[in-house]
Amino acid sequence: MRERLPQGGRIDRSRRVAFTFNGRVYDGYHGDTLASALLAHGVRLTARSFKYHRPRGIVGYGVEEPASLVELLGADASGNEPITTVRIRDGLRAKSVNCWPSLRFDIGGVNQLFARVLPAGFYYKTFKWPDWQLFEPMIRRAAGLARAPTQPPANGHYEARHAHADVFIAGAGPAGLMAALVAGRAGKRVFLADEGTEAGGGLLTRRLRIEDRPAMEWVADAVAELAAMEHVTHLQNASVWAYREHNLMMVTERSPDHDSLLERSWRVRAGRVICATGAIERLLVFPGNDRPGVMLASAAQAYVNRWAVRPGRRAVVFTNNNSAYAVAADMQAAGIEIAAIVDARPQVPPEALAQVAGIDVLGGHVVVRTRGRMSLRSIAISPLAGGATRSIACDLLAHSGGWNPAVHLFSQSRGSLRYDETLAAFVPDIPAQATASVGAAAGLMTLPEVLTSAAATGGDVPRAHEAAYAIAPLWRVQAAGKAFLDIQNDVTVADVQLALREGYDNIEHVKRYTTGGMGIDQGKTGNINIIGTVAQQKGLTLPEVGSTTFRSPYAPVSFGAVGGLRTGEVQFPYRHTPITEWNREQGAVMYEAGARWQRPGYFPQPGESFQETVNRECGAVREAVGVYDGSPLGTFELKGRDTGRFLDFLYTNKMANLKPGHGRYGLMLTDDGLILDDGVALRLDDYRWILSTSTGHADAVNQQMEKLLQTEFPDWQVMVTAVTSQWNNATVCGPRAREVMEALGTDINLDNAAFPFMTFRDGTVAGLPTRVVRVSFTGELSYEINVAPRHMRKLWDRVMAAGAPFGIQPVGSEANHVLRVEKGFLSLGHEVDGTVDPHDLGMGWIMSAKKSDYLGKRAVALRRAADKPRRELVGLLPDDPNAQIPEGAPLTPGGRKEATEGLVTACVWSGVNNRWVALALLVNGRTRQGETVHVRLRDEVIAARVTAPVFYDPGGQRLRS
Amino acid sequence: MLLIPCPFCGPRNESEFAHGGPVRARRPDPDAVSDAAWVEYLTVTPNPQGPVQEHWWHVRGCGTWLTLWRDTTSHDIVKGPDDA
Repeated sequence: MRERLPQGGRIDRSRRVAFTFNGRVYDGYHGDTLASALLAHGVRLTARSFKYHRPRGIVGYGVEEPASLVELLGADASGNEPITTVRIRDGLRAKSVNCWPSLRFDIGGVNQLFARVLPAGFYYKTFKWPDWQLFEPMIRRAAGLARAPTQPPANGHYEARHAHADVFIAGAGPAGLMAALVAGRAGKRVFLADEGTEAGGGLLTRRLRIEDRPAMEWVADAVAELAAMEHVTHLQNASVWAYREHNLMMVTERSPDHDSLLERSWRVRAGRVICATGAIERLLVFPGNDRPGVMLASAAQAYVNRWAVRPGRRAVVFTNNNSAYAVAADMQAAGIEIAAIVDARPQVPPEALAQVAGIDVLGGHVVVRTRGRMSLRSIAISPLAGGATRSIACDLLAHSGGWNPAVHLFSQSRGSLRYDETLAAFVPDIPAQATASVGAAAGLMTLPEVLTSAAATGGDVPRAHEAAYAIAPLWRVQAAGKAFLDIQNDVTVADVQLALREGYDNIEHVKRYTTGGMGIDQGKTGNINIIGTVAQQKGLTLPEVGSTTFRSPYAPVSFGAVGGLRTGEVQFPYRHTPITEWNREQGAVMYEAGARWQRPGYFPQPGESFQETVNRECGAVREAVGVYDGSPLGTFELKGRDTGRFLDFLYTNKMANLKPGHGRYGLMLTDDGLILDDGVALRLDDYRWILSTSTGHADAVNQQMEKLLQTEFPDWQVMVTAVTSQWNNATVCGPRAREVMEALGTDINLDNAAFPFMTFRDGTVAGLPTRVVRVSFTGELSYEINVAPRHMRKLWDRVMAAGAPFGIQPVGSEANHVLRVEKGFLSLGHEVDGTVDPHDLGMGWIMSAKKSDYLGKRAVALRRAADKPRRELVGLLPDDPNAQIPEGAPLTPGGRKEATEGLVTACVWSGVNNRWVALALLVNGRTRQGETVHVRLRDEVIAARVTAPVFYDPGGQRLRS
Repeated sequence: MLLIPCPFCGPRNESEFAHGGPVRARRPDPDAVSDAAWVEYLTVTPNPQGPVQEHWWHVRGCGTWLTLWRDTTSHDIVKGPDDA
């Protein structure tokens, strides 16, 4: 650690830490960042740039760092971390991004030679057919930043928390701490979050005094006082990355004090928000301003004061404002030789000069060139007014283009910004939410102003002193060579000029065309220079050019933190019925079948193929008996004296005249005439009904019913209760279903006359209390045995045992699909797709003509009055009985390449017909029965005959048997 | 994420609600209006730049449907369900 100062700094010299960077082992102290530890070893070259692969070093000291990004390896794997925000600890392994095969010898460095073919808008000009395939392999290799980790983090997890506060304060520098003290002392619930490892903000890196003591002593007192207040939450390592609607603040806390916790994501809702986010120093723009050894003045000051590191031995300071003078003084005090201060302002204010007695100050000069292959060796300066250039040997150039208030959060809250001529920066103007900006974030650049603004009306302001801030903006130095506006994205002055020449002259277009201001750092150090360059080029003022929109996140956020504990299985949980375990034990293939329900698709026996399994299950239902779990169907109980009237409005057919004990199939439309759902309504008694809906549309039906009842008919007496999870069922279906019911033992009279189709009975089955419903989705005699979930597994076991002598088979959703297609029963999502109406499906009979009004009636009538050809539901029998038609395949006239006249909605192997059968929607299909139509596929045309959309028991005797 | 004032539960996060769309004109008597008026009712929903009255359903809460006025440019809830 040859560049470590013998004393000082906020590091713990008793705790040595060993880490690896680009394969080499280094040491540092507890409290170091990767950046400070590497600088302590004199490491200058730390990165390669994104586009040109130019050598880069460390430019900043915090989240603003534009140049050096690292990828963390091993258990910490993550990409694109600014080198300045990674805390070192034993075992940390990091590597630079963008360099291959090594940092010193970078193949991509040849890109510098091809800079002429990588201009602004390069991607837009190149990512086009047919050239893209030519460029893709080269670009994929060379571009991009770090690789994404391939494994989830090994050492812990993420979590999320919600919090509420009267006052939320972003930033724990002098302004944030002062504001927190005032609010905390007033008894307010305070949430204070700061991105740094410790509180203090700018005071951590500068040598200022408060109340005649070192400012950090005041900070320590403030932190202690806040810690003693129960109603104050104070987080460090916590980035406030978004300011959302209604004062919702998004915070990511890194490494909270818990072994297995990597990050914690906070969502904090606050009554009032105080943005105490400080200010960020900006770059000066001159040729070679990206060379390793060229650093922001604030960063040089931070390395000297906070980490006791010499970022160079012989430094030049280049500035256009007063703040860099304190930097020069601090560096000199640390033993760094200051070769000169180059100030672009011809008249340097006396309060600046007073800080640097004995240092050579060159007013009215600018840096026009830097030299040194991998690290800075010298610079060339020239008088602004013109004149001879001269060279100064130095290994550090600390430069300052002035300060931008960190208005990111304020701007995200949709507060407007104002350009302040005195500061040459954008400052908060009119807030859009309950928010206030204080301190440097509000454009108050000296410590006494900062403390005063933060204390507002709330009590005593501690005494402090700091020299006045003054700036004369310098947007760029006019000299030949690559001058970088955005170091991270390799955007130069020439790129912006090119964008303007090519007509992209709106600032938002300039940003998108050049990518300036994008990336990890979001242009924190460079954006205003782009605006200034555009303004200069177009002869406008900065307010006329305007600023680009500040968007969240302010600092990079890991996906893990956003997800919290909601990962893997619990991210979007599946719903299960009580017999999932049984299904798995039987070897069922399980998958989602609507609304996140996991259902068995089919139950293969050893050696059985998919089709063999489905055929066997279908055969059981058609010839003997099968059973399936119908629990996922949506179930609602409706109560109240207006229920019948309500159902008459909800369904297309008449429901109010249904007798208790009976059920009726019904169709629901939306008011614009589209089919919402179909299902069976059961009437329990005069005022009580049960509706069943399709699995996937239960929530939509629920919403429809509640919205109507609460907003359209608030005086109607109907209460809706979702009881999907309160009822499960086993549906026994097949010609021998009645025998299985008898074998189960029941007090219900199963005689067809006593218990006919579309009725239900309450009673005991297999010793369990049940409601048995005679509905059928398979076309066979069916008993839907409904029980409470706690009885479902018992019921299932007893059905399987009682059914065994009859050859009962469990039936999955695949066989169910075959059985319903054979019968031509609807499936929402197959035959019903948002274009068809009931008439198209051959269900005109279900549209009541007697009811004067119901949802969708008028819309369907209006649409049919237009008398345009409609696609109608038909059956298809492929000419070749062994030809399977893919579901969704188009029908075209003669199979020619013409506009489609329909599509195949379903196609299954029908065991009872010993052939493939299909359902289709076909233009004017009902009048075309007997015709041959053609399915057009990529490589073949399948001819098929049009039939009625039913392939089995068209009279429906079996389900009524 | 909006903070939505539920008349029963107080201010709650938007994630507990489902958006129910803007409040439209009352459903006319289908037997008493022209085809054009019916199509207008079905297809034209208010979409102003500024305050709009809309339905929200507290579906992951108490289940109530509420109406409020929200400014589409600022997300400000300019009038809650209980405001006169």
